[in-house]
Amino acid sequence: MTPLLQVENLSKHYGAHLGCGDVSFALWPGEVMGIVGESGSGKSTLLNCLAGHLRPDAGRVLFDTREDGPRDILGMTEAERRWLARTDWAFVHQNPRDGLRMNVSAGGNVGERLMAVGARHYGDIRAQASDWLERVEIDVGRLDDRPRAFSGGMQQRLQIARNLVTGPRLVFMDEPTGGLDVSVQARLLDLLRGLVRRLGLSAVIVTHDLAVVRLLADRLMVMKDGRVVEQGLTDQVLDDPQHAYTQLLVSSVLQV
Amino acid sequence: MIEIAGVGKRFVLHNQGGVALSVMEGAALRVDPGECVALTGASGAGKSTLMRMIWGNYRCDTGSIRVAGVELCRAEPRAVLDLRRGTLGYVSQFLRVIPRVPTLRIVAEPLLAQGMDEDAALARARALLTRLNIPAPLWSLSPTTFSGGEQQRVNIARGFIQDWPVMLLDEPTASLDAANRAVVLELILQAKARGAAILGIFHDADARAAVCDREVDVTGFTPAMVSA
Repeated sequence: MTPLLQVENLSKHYGAHLGCGDVSFALWPGEVMGIVGESGSGKSTLLNCLAGHLRPDAGRVLFDTREDGPRDILGMTEAERRWLARTDWAFVHQNPRDGLRMNVSAGGNVGERLMAVGARHYGDIRAQASDWLERVEIDVGRLDDRPRAFSGGMQQRLQIARNLVTGPRLVFMDEPTGGLDVSVQARLLDLLRGLVRRLGLSAVIVTHDLAVVRLLADRLMVMKDGRVVEQGLTDQVLDDPQHAYTQLLVSSVLQV
Repeated sequence: MIEIAGVGKRFVLHNQGGVALSVMEGAALRVDPGECVALTGASGAGKSTLMRMIWGNYRCDTGSIRVAGVELCRAEPRAVLDLRRGTLGYVSQFLRVIPRVPTLRIVAEPLLAQGMDEDAALARARALLTRLNIPAPLWSLSPTTFSGGEQQRVNIARGFIQDWPVMLLDEPTASLDAANRAVVLELILQAKARGAAILGIFHDADARAAVCDREVDVTGFTPAMVSA
């Protein structure tokens, strides 16, 4: 078996400041990896480098493409990367407004991604959009409403539907439950977990919430000041943290 | 099915003056298929620590832990995950769940994760919950508001829904009444009969005597604590 994503010595600086440094890991099909760390630790920089939104200074990001096997995404043309972003990849933003078109109906938001990969039949697109609204627990009667009329939790679920409709193999998530009420978070976590399992997705999830990674991630990477200080099985890193910073992080969580 | 040799473990508490605690040294044991072995020793002697090292949420510093032929000491996450998917089951003392997920789903989840058909998985979950005396009206509710004993039985149902070749049981009969305790012991005997290798911690001596073939006292693996 080949890793779906293989990252080798990835580094990104902002001027003299280190964004993330010397990151390496392999993500295997069906695995969910969490990246935790405080604000400024470099986790979002890393995620954006992996997803092709930022250009790293050094390193390689090999993605196992359907057609040609592992290819360095940094060596791809912009058009090739965009095609991947629309088909095999998905990116769920923390703020649904960054991932949705707010002036287009819910159905249109989901349908747009289908059309971008060549779907043309209106009836089919609408049927698939309805199906996906149901899967993310949005009333199909809201198909023609614009997302601005939705609650934050609904917008986030719509963003997930829009991302998953094309059957991606790799999903990047940047704080997918951030900014939501805890009750809404729990519902979204349950939904994400179910989808990831049923669709056999691989995912990289950036969050500062240890409870989120405990429930969603198989593996965990802990970042501090742009460096990976520890990585391993999620429950091992959380229950038996080795690095001083991870120990601090785990012991700082309030028990409810 | 479980083979442990020369296993040692240290905790280094970086944020508490870098104190290094050596909690285990030279741990060794073996559990064969169809056998149930009890870990014994006083509270704090390291029974749960050893069990967690086999499950993989505690890192093992030295030695070898093999489960179904797979070396778990310093193994890649992928190897441990793979073992947990089909071979190694663990009934922990506490139930950890996503808040709003119904009990029936929580119990069926290990089977669903393996790709079993949903109806078949839910049917098995219903049968086990019935056997463990969880009233049907509770099945559609999240167990987060259940009593301690009910939560534990949900946890046991989840642990026994799959025919794991290797099982770790951490106090499976604690906080259960006599009737439910009997059900759990029966489940353990059935698992043994089908050939499962079981390693358990049983506070309750009668329960231990009823299901276990041998005992391993972990006190022998506990290094003398340096006095403060």
